[in-house]
Amino acid sequence: MATITGENPARRWRPIHATVEWIANLGELILSWITAVGDFSIFAARTFLWLIARLPRRETLVPACYQIGVLSMPVIALTGTFIGMVLAVQSYDQFRILGLETRLGAVINMSLVRELGPVLAATMLSGRVGSSMAAELGTMRVTEQIDALASMGSNPILYLVVPRFLGCLLLIPMLTIMADFMGVVGGHFYSVFLLGIDSHHYWSNTQKLVGTFDLISGVVKSMFFGAAIGLISCHRGFNCDPGAEGVGQAATGAFVYSFVVILLLDLVLGIIINSIYYTLWPDAGKLI
Amino acid sequence: MASDRTTAAEEHDDALIEARGVSVSFGRQQVLRDINFRIPKGQTLAIIGESGCGKTVLMKTIIALVKPTHGTMLFDGKSLARLSERKLTEQRIRFGFLFQMAALFDSMTVAENVAFPLKQHTRKDEAEIRQIVLDRLGEVGLPASVRTKKPAELSGGMRKRVGLARALALNPEVMLYDEPTTGLDPIMSDVINELIIRTRQRYPVTSIVVTHDMHTARKVADRVVMLYPLSRLDDNESQIVFDDVPEQIDSAPDPRVTQFVRGEARERLMELRENQLAREDAATSNT
Repeated sequence: MATITGENPARRWRPIHATVEWIANLGELILSWITAVGDFSIFAARTFLWLIARLPRRETLVPACYQIGVLSMPVIALTGTFIGMVLAVQSYDQFRILGLETRLGAVINMSLVRELGPVLAATMLSGRVGSSMAAELGTMRVTEQIDALASMGSNPILYLVVPRFLGCLLLIPMLTIMADFMGVVGGHFYSVFLLGIDSHHYWSNTQKLVGTFDLISGVVKSMFFGAAIGLISCHRGFNCDPGAEGVGQAATGAFVYSFVVILLLDLVLGIIINSIYYTLWPDAGKLI
Repeated sequence: MASDRTTAAEEHDDALIEARGVSVSFGRQQVLRDINFRIPKGQTLAIIGESGCGKTVLMKTIIALVKPTHGTMLFDGKSLARLSERKLTEQRIRFGFLFQMAALFDSMTVAENVAFPLKQHTRKDEAEIRQIVLDRLGEVGLPASVRTKKPAELSGGMRKRVGLARALALNPEVMLYDEPTTGLDPIMSDVINELIIRTRQRYPVTSIVVTHDMHTARKVADRVVMLYPLSRLDDNESQIVFDDVPEQIDSAPDPRVTQFVRGEARERLMELRENQLAREDAATSNT
């Protein structure tokens, strides 16, 4: 209805309506995030409580460990080897210009044990195992197998989540060490046999820069990554939407969320570990 | 509305299962509203109603797989939704649940599926468990040769029967059947109906059958409760539109009951037409 001046009152209120709607949508989004975080926290707390209350049965733990650990070994070994070699390829030219080729070993091996080994092992694990766990549990949710488990008096968290969580937590350090080792071997192979760097200096420079602390800090970091992968993937599977699309989204979500959390954890843990390192060895920052 | 038979049974027997003002909502969507009923020990109750009216949710509320948003669902005088994890397990193994698609664990063989509750909750040795598995499979008419098969290798009817064998493994006091005949051919449907009746004859079980198959409801139940979808009800209307013996259902005064029993679309066809006209109008005004 137009006014005497010809202005439509509905048009005058339109920007206000749009703003109110935008605020309402934002509020809804924030609420859904808070709910999702709360839901995940409850899920994680229940998993930890069951872990303390009762250890999973052997028949559930062994297959989970086999799936997570043994079957992931080839892909993680392969990734580690190639990353070691790629690091050598990418760094060699810069180091050669500076005449520091023999320092290549120190840089490759330090990058591997502190960062790339743990992060790559975790990424491969979340891609290979996390997605598969989310899809498997998601299918079990959709086909009421999780309800069936609960109806028969078995706790689904204890039976399905705890073994997978423990498998990720306990086996990722071993997979990380394997990625580290294969990366070191790959980097050495490329640097010494293909680039012709002196093996003795390659190792002696590595020994000067890379210490036990670096190796342990990488392995400790990986345990946090493993815990995140286990919890996030199982949570996505447990909260899977109905249908094939829901299962697909759960599998994708498991990888994407795990990967983002791995990167966030890597940053936070990197800062914490560095602080500890420089507190323990205040002179460590000086050039060798 | 309840007949003399039902009323007498309810008066003389303590209710094994009782719903007191049970309401269930998922987010903003309410599925059940103020449901009240009592199920005496030994009764076979059929819950009927059209798809999406909340039958399965109601059944899952009984075993606390779904928790009521309001009200209380009591089993043997206890509210399962409020029990600790350990006590809930003790109560849940008194139930056997046959799921709509059988919900067999697809990573396990048939024998492992049937043996699962026995291994989880009893200290029986392997030989004893093997014998019970064979007995239960025999009771549902499956040969011993299916033991080593995976659920994916079985037909729908066989899967349902394995699901029934697994549900019966721990000699439950209450059997819950969720759409036991859905997706099966008429002959296999009747086999499942017969198995429900035989189970009741063999064991002193209280049974609840959720179904939209009137043949099943008439054949196996001694009481029928009909639920109506909330979206089609006014705020003050009860969601339970029928609660009586199956013999009374054909002469029910409520037209919603007779419509369901006879399988008549009636006003739903009008709704379809109206929706179609509304779509056509919208398309015309857009062009």
